[in-house]
Amino acid sequence: MFDHLQQTGALTCFIWKRDKVRLLIWVLGISLGTIVLGAVYPGLFSTIEEQLIMAETMENPAMIAMFGPVYGNHLGAIFANQLLLFTALIVAIMSVLLVTRYTRQDEEAGRIEMIRSLPVGKLANLCSTLIILTIAHILIGLITSIGLTALRIETMDLTGSLLYGAVLSITGIFFAASTAFFAQRAETSRGTLGYSFAFLGLVYLVRAAGDNGTEILSLISPLGLLLRTKVYVNNHWWPILVTLLLSVIVAYFALMLNSIRDLEAGFIPARPGRKHASRFLQSPLGLALRLEKTTIIGWAIGMFILGASYGSIFGDVEKFFETSDLYQQMLPAIPGYSLNEQFVAMLLLITAIIAAIPVLLTILKLGAEENANRTEHLLARSVSRTKLIASYLSVAFISSILMQILGVLGLWSASAAVMEEPFKLGRLIIGALA
Amino acid sequence: MTVLRVENVTKRFGNFVALDKINLEVKKGEVYGFIGPNGAGKTTTIRILLGILKATEGRAEIFGLDAWNEAVKIHQNIAYVPGDVNLWPNLTGGEVIDLFVSLRGNVVKNRRDELIDRFDLDPTKKCGTYSKGNRQKVALIAAFAQNADLYILDEPTSGLDPLMERVFQECIREVKDEGKSVLLSSHILSEVEKLCDKVSIIRQGKIIESGTIKELRHLTRTNVKVVTKQPLSLTDIKGVYDIQAVEDEISFQVDNERLGEVIKYISEYEILALESKPPTLEDLFMHHYQERGDD
Repeated sequence: MFDHLQQTGALTCFIWKRDKVRLLIWVLGISLGTIVLGAVYPGLFSTIEEQLIMAETMENPAMIAMFGPVYGNHLGAIFANQLLLFTALIVAIMSVLLVTRYTRQDEEAGRIEMIRSLPVGKLANLCSTLIILTIAHILIGLITSIGLTALRIETMDLTGSLLYGAVLSITGIFFAASTAFFAQRAETSRGTLGYSFAFLGLVYLVRAAGDNGTEILSLISPLGLLLRTKVYVNNHWWPILVTLLLSVIVAYFALMLNSIRDLEAGFIPARPGRKHASRFLQSPLGLALRLEKTTIIGWAIGMFILGASYGSIFGDVEKFFETSDLYQQMLPAIPGYSLNEQFVAMLLLITAIIAAIPVLLTILKLGAEENANRTEHLLARSVSRTKLIASYLSVAFISSILMQILGVLGLWSASAAVMEEPFKLGRLIIGALA
Repeated sequence: MTVLRVENVTKRFGNFVALDKINLEVKKGEVYGFIGPNGAGKTTTIRILLGILKATEGRAEIFGLDAWNEAVKIHQNIAYVPGDVNLWPNLTGGEVIDLFVSLRGNVVKNRRDELIDRFDLDPTKKCGTYSKGNRQKVALIAAFAQNADLYILDEPTSGLDPLMERVFQECIREVKDEGKSVLLSSHILSEVEKLCDKVSIIRQGKIIESGTIKELRHLTRTNVKVVTKQPLSLTDIKGVYDIQAVEDEISFQVDNERLGEVIKYISEYEILALESKPPTLEDLFMHHYQERGDD
């Protein structure tokens, strides 16, 4: 066993050396971001009344599905309810991306082969990855805890803040371990990312189902389990211990699989691809669409969920606006339009901005292709530069319309479910495309 | 003394048999050539020797230790260069060399800088900006900067220019003079011919020929070019192949065991010029492939 771990320390330092900027951005971004939001919150809900209404707004099935259950109606409880799950998700994403980067991606690129030809143990790279991630997550937890305590907000005490930080740390550690496990199962880094994000999504959805009914489902899902800490309300520590134990077990399995498998092999073999290009693929437009397929599908689902989540709050929104000074200032009354209609216009603007991201990604993809010297394969054949960029632009254009429509569809279908007088779908779509 | 021994090693990936009971033995002080086309199993063999793939059956040993179980101990005394070197794009060549060297220990003083000089590498550039040849140099410098008893080189000169190839060949001769062993897998047959004492030819996962280059030559044919005063016809002679006539010069190949007979026969036609060349490694290689190429 000791042989397998030879040079773990040296490799840990090496990861830090080559990636310290990225690690620091993640750690500081997440922890300082949380502290800044913590500082802003008292201003958002300054009166007890506003806090009560916010807590009530959060207490509908759609919001619970998104943010988790509401355990209290003071400021600390609202803060934890609205932010803890989402920050934990970001921490989990950080784990998935970084663990994949240091394990499968390096292996796929043939760099681990160089390392393994030296007197370095079989498990040294995976271990050093887990060590670096654990340190990073503990730092996130510590900085967040200290920062939140230092804000001296009455309902956000030291114990609660420590627990808040601990939830973030342990979420990160758990998903680092699970990604390490998937990195052994899958054969490629894309596969590892795919399995890990699918697992994260599953954990999140099982929790959403559990929080709205069957409690046991939430206890199975590590994210649901960690919300049962009831930060700033009851401050339970046992979910942390359970998840820690679970992480150790998963990490152990990952290490065991790693020690018995061949380099660059996985336990789930990659499916063989097509032997020939389909007719569809044999044009620059087809290629652009094919390369962007996953991005577009992913964002399309995302836009629908985003729209749905906005739509789901309409039931309570009017009531909330009437009492919140802040929102009334943001949306001055315009005669002839209800607050809901004004609010929906604002939401459409936000969805439009977000829908622009995948469109930009598609166009930037062409730049990335060029940097990777892949466009030259096309341009050296009978494809003009105009035709190439036109292909990417048309994919971007189609996806922009698709994104908007899906966002609106999501918004409409969810709002129709919670509102007494739903919006007209046609009007929303016209508004969105305008 | 045997440095490296592969005994009946089979490697299967699912149903695919990558290696089928192969045997190899490299002795101390030998430079051993390992040749074969793409996909024949060279790299798989080398990865089993490095302990990063596990043999399905058979034994792979280096310094008498099991390649999979005792990889860490073995690697303290071997140096490895792959044919496709991939490095961390945001580190410089110098940093990567130092990393590799420090992970192994056994540094020879001043050797690193001397090699950087000889291979003409700019160690201050980021690996992301290096061409394939330059990345190859990084791995070669890291390999030769340390004392090792065995050098495992998998197509190490791919991407190097002829000048650097020559530097590489000097390096191999130097380590050979120090009594070190080398396993050199290569596509460049002239390079293997120049450097290696022994050769194994692998094809579709099987070793089809092993021995010194001299021994292998005996198994094949000699190239002969001849000009005679009287018109000569060789079509009916046994053991003569590939006859081509250009003006009055006839060139052909002849089985080595029939060379004497054939020369005797030709001499009756009054030889004006005669040139005979032993087969190059390339001829040997092609001979093995063409002969069995259809199965």
